[in-house]
Amino acid sequence: MSTHTDLIPQDGHADDHGHHGHDTGASHSTFKGYMTGFVLSVILTAIPFWIIMSGGLHTSGMTALVILAFAAVQIVVHMIYFLHMNSKSEGGWTLLALIFTIVLVVITLSGSIWVMYHLDHNMMPSMMEQQMKNMP
Amino acid sequence: MSDTHAHVITSDANSAGPLQFHLTHEHHPENGTLLGFWMYLMSDCLIFACLFAVYGVLGRNYAGGPSGAEVFELPLVAVNTSMLLLSSITYGFGILEMQRNRLRPMLIWLAITGLFGAAFLSLEMYEFLHLIHEGNGPQRSAFLSSFFTLVGTHGLHVTFGIVWLITLMVQTGKLGLTPENKRRLMCLSMFWHFLDVVWIGVFTFVYLMGVLK
Repeated sequence: MSTHTDLIPQDGHADDHGHHGHDTGASHSTFKGYMTGFVLSVILTAIPFWIIMSGGLHTSGMTALVILAFAAVQIVVHMIYFLHMNSKSEGGWTLLALIFTIVLVVITLSGSIWVMYHLDHNMMPSMMEQQMKNMP
Repeated sequence: MSDTHAHVITSDANSAGPLQFHLTHEHHPENGTLLGFWMYLMSDCLIFACLFAVYGVLGRNYAGGPSGAEVFELPLVAVNTSMLLLSSITYGFGILEMQRNRLRPMLIWLAITGLFGAAFLSLEMYEFLHLIHEGNGPQRSAFLSSFFTLVGTHGLHVTFGIVWLITLMVQTGKLGLTPENKRRLMCLSMFWHFLDVVWIGVFTFVYLMGVLK
């Protein structure tokens, strides 16, 4: 399992291990990183709240899309600056687990909403009457 | 088994000197606890995905009861969101102090984080009690059932996060910043920031989109 990390030649990094305690694992946090993440998050939170509280955009569909886009960007910001997500930590396994989870989350969410929306539509009382008429 | 294999390749890649079957410098294994904890967080993420899906399906079934636009108070939610965001950054400052091995400032930052978390919870409790008091409890409609389940599960996570935070504060206060305690603090850091990520989904998908239309 750990072959992947070991394959990378580790010469020249011996000095890094001195102060980067391997006991804490991910210890690349910096004040600048946290502040960047915080300021970006505040902006990315304030804008959607402002859009909704000032009455939204032209159509509600477009407003929904815009605030969902803001949420997606903010989640990425949190992942990078607060959760220190990168392709190198734990030999890439954290990123792989994250991608796998995102795939599952997208299937669960979009699948449920899609299927149940159509179910709702096809079970409408008006629809049922039509189907009853068509029956022999 | 895989180690021997890897070592041969490593010394090949270095291509300096004869073939060696041991590492020339000390091998530092990556910390498996953090990866394991990340796996737990991902499974937790799936729980929330299911609850979000339930809300997405039932969120417009009002059963003659109030809609989201009628019951949600956005200013309250905005204050709540900022509480959680502030608690995230103060926990980050705590981690920075931990990296500098300064126990007392770290404990102060953790205490501030806990206070922000408690403020978030009290506001949420106020909101819930207010809704129930007005007869809009979880039994009112499918929309409110799924709302209480989703937001309540998140609140429960924050509650346990605060319990964990207090435990770690006592533990680090007694034992100091040992490697074990640092590892635990890193795990709680991931948990705390993860809850903030879930809250982004909650305030966008539940509150903001609930008020819409």
